[in-house]
Amino acid sequence: MTSNYSKFEAVCCILEENNFDKSKLIPILQSVQEEYRYLPAEIMSFISSSLDMSPAIVYGVATFYSHFTLNPKGENIIKVCNGTACHVKKSAAIIDAMRKKLGLKENENTTKDMLFTIETVACLGACGLAPVVVINENVHGQMTAEKIVKLIDETMGAK
Amino acid sequence: MGKYLTINGKKLEFRDERNLLEIIRKEHIDLPTFCYHSELSIHGSCRLCMVEIAGRGVMSACSTPPELDMEIKTNTEQLIEIRKITIELLLANHDRECTMCAKSESCKLQSLARRLGIEEVRFKNIFHKESKDISTYALVRDNGKCVLCGDCVRFCDEIQSIGALGFAGRGWRAKICLSFERNLESSECVYCGQCSRVCPTGAILPKTEFRGVWKALSDKKKKVIVAIAPAVRAAIGEVFGVTEENGTEIAGKIVTALRSMGFAKVFDISFTADMTIIEEANEFLERLGKGDDMPMFTSCCPAWVRFVEQYYPDFIKNISTCRSPQGMYGSIARRIMPEVLGIPKEELVIVSVMPCTAKKYEARRSELAKDGVIDIDYVITTQELALMIEEAGLRFGNLEASAFDMPLGFKTGGGIIFGNSGGVTEAVLRNVMNTNGDESEEFNFVRGENGVREAKLKVGTRELKLAVVHGLKNARKVLRDIRADKKRYDFVEVMACPGGCIGGAGQPVYSDLAVRKKRSKVLYENDKIMELHKPQDNPYVQKIYKDYLENPGSKKAHEYLHTTFKYRKRFKATLEIFKSHLEKSININVCVGNNCLRKGSKEILKHIIGDNKFKDNVNVQALICLEKCSNGPAVKINGKTFEHCTPGSVENAIKEELKK
Repeated sequence: MTSNYSKFEAVCCILEENNFDKSKLIPILQSVQEEYRYLPAEIMSFISSSLDMSPAIVYGVATFYSHFTLNPKGENIIKVCNGTACHVKKSAAIIDAMRKKLGLKENENTTKDMLFTIETVACLGACGLAPVVVINENVHGQMTAEKIVKLIDETMGAK
Repeated sequence: MGKYLTINGKKLEFRDERNLLEIIRKEHIDLPTFCYHSELSIHGSCRLCMVEIAGRGVMSACSTPPELDMEIKTNTEQLIEIRKITIELLLANHDRECTMCAKSESCKLQSLARRLGIEEVRFKNIFHKESKDISTYALVRDNGKCVLCGDCVRFCDEIQSIGALGFAGRGWRAKICLSFERNLESSECVYCGQCSRVCPTGAILPKTEFRGVWKALSDKKKKVIVAIAPAVRAAIGEVFGVTEENGTEIAGKIVTALRSMGFAKVFDISFTADMTIIEEANEFLERLGKGDDMPMFTSCCPAWVRFVEQYYPDFIKNISTCRSPQGMYGSIARRIMPEVLGIPKEELVIVSVMPCTAKKYEARRSELAKDGVIDIDYVITTQELALMIEEAGLRFGNLEASAFDMPLGFKTGGGIIFGNSGGVTEAVLRNVMNTNGDESEEFNFVRGENGVREAKLKVGTRELKLAVVHGLKNARKVLRDIRADKKRYDFVEVMACPGGCIGGAGQPVYSDLAVRKKRSKVLYENDKIMELHKPQDNPYVQKIYKDYLENPGSKKAHEYLHTTFKYRKRFKATLEIFKSHLEKSININVCVGNNCLRKGSKEILKHIIGDNKFKDNVNVQALICLEKCSNGPAVKINGKTFEHCTPGSVENAIKEELKK
């Protein structure tokens, strides 16, 4: 037997805390994403029904902000900076190496075993360390294609 | 003292204009726009109406209010270049197979490219063809033609209060889609099609089916009969530059055109509109007498009917059970006409010409089919008919008028004004009060442009309260007021499209609201020159009743001329709350729609699984929605629905079920 009740209850609480206020859609979605780690379509439908607003608007907001994700994320999140400095220092090669290592196809960002999700971000504000990669909460500077492969192996081993 | 500003060096007075664009257009300068519609909110996204304001630089005219002594230029070299770049950027990501686009020649993007003299696109072509959404009978969506002006999104939300369409993504990934990228068929769309009317390009178009009609016409074993809706004659002339003739003349030309294409019989939907009035007035008087299911709502507009079915299931009983005039035509044509016309049933092909996209959907409603066979084979729009006339090479303006075929070609003025918002109400009143309804009549209030028109009217000793509504947002407000007991009515007419059928999405595309007024006038003028004005005076309608249907409201009349309605869920969402691993377990669906949630469905869920009371014996799902909104919270246990539930009552019901 599996129960999702506590998560559902949490969503109800989030709605209540925000007084079912349409104008608080963004904070509601943020809190719900914290709960689920992503925004499931049926939960967004539930939110739109509870706030008495069109699901197209909820979907529009959820797809507008890159903070929101509509797909479940992996256990480990790897952010690769692709800002100007990192880009010039060849962050693209790091992304390629990671994709190859994790066996990710084009348009795929999460591994099938749900262990890793890779994201590219515009700038992490650590241009002096370019190119930069953040694995979960840890910042790794002056990254290379070889180093990232090793780091992924280490992360896998640690689990 | 007046307020002045200058446009292109000319000093002009302004008053209460909302923005510079209005003033500029009054000066007969056609500043181009995609995203500006006077009926919608200002979006300012298309960046085509850019003007140069001294001291401020380049700004969009639609979103800039006029100020004293502004110096505005509308056509500098810089502005022309900005417009060109905007159009070129749009074209770089556009399906440019214009010759094969149904919007060709009426597409704003195409005409602007020509107006701005664009000969090449200086940007790399990044267009990728996507598949079209052809999931409904009413509309086709093709994002490859979309310019992201958002007109469809705003119309759907601001005028119709549906909000089926929305923006998704951002930047170069931004697009217009239905929620969760669903198709139209599984969305909240009610098929009014007004999105296709305001779309400047071919991104949303009425679906066409006239190819099938041509095929049937060329089949020697088939006899094709057709009927045209009242509103068609008010608008088709616009396509051919024939706008000065009256409704009878235009209708006569249409008849000639249809005959020359090979239609066996040409009928008028105004005939069945007369019948609709007689049935509907009879039903109204019956309901009024009993006081049941009041107020009564009209049922002629399929988008409105679907709107009620989706959003207000508790008001379904208030809709008149009469079929729409198209529905009645279908039934009579399919079941009575073979005998009257001497055409074998299997040879008969039935076509209707409608100003409407939702009528295409209506014709396929299972409630209007008999033994799985739908009555009407093809529903084509005014636009499609115009196309067929062009394709046949007929010079519409030069055609002689000819008369409709009998019996379904005879009508009274009451059937003709059906195409206007307020027309149904006026015709019902002519019937109920037995008057001719000319302009001196006291119920002239039903005519006009306001979204909600109300009146009180004395009939015998009773005072009737009536409302005439167009636009679904207005309708939603009226329904909410009725539900909250703020308003009481006896009869409510609703048309989904602004202006009624004359403003339907199947009509030639218009953006100037004056066009709607002109169409409305055509129908009222047409009524004036008719010999008869009261539907009940139509001798051919009387004959059909006598020969086949007995009396209005009889059992026979119900069989042929009435229909049923049912809930149509807005969208379904199922949340797995608790999944049992046992093979035999009880299925419990708890409604968590907005109403039930507020009335305590969360507490019910908590009570039945919070402390694992029933262990692995239950499968629990939260649902949107069981559509028992006025009787919530609703819970379904092994298929049986319980209303007004409490945690305790649900627990008991589950225990009962467990004993079985």
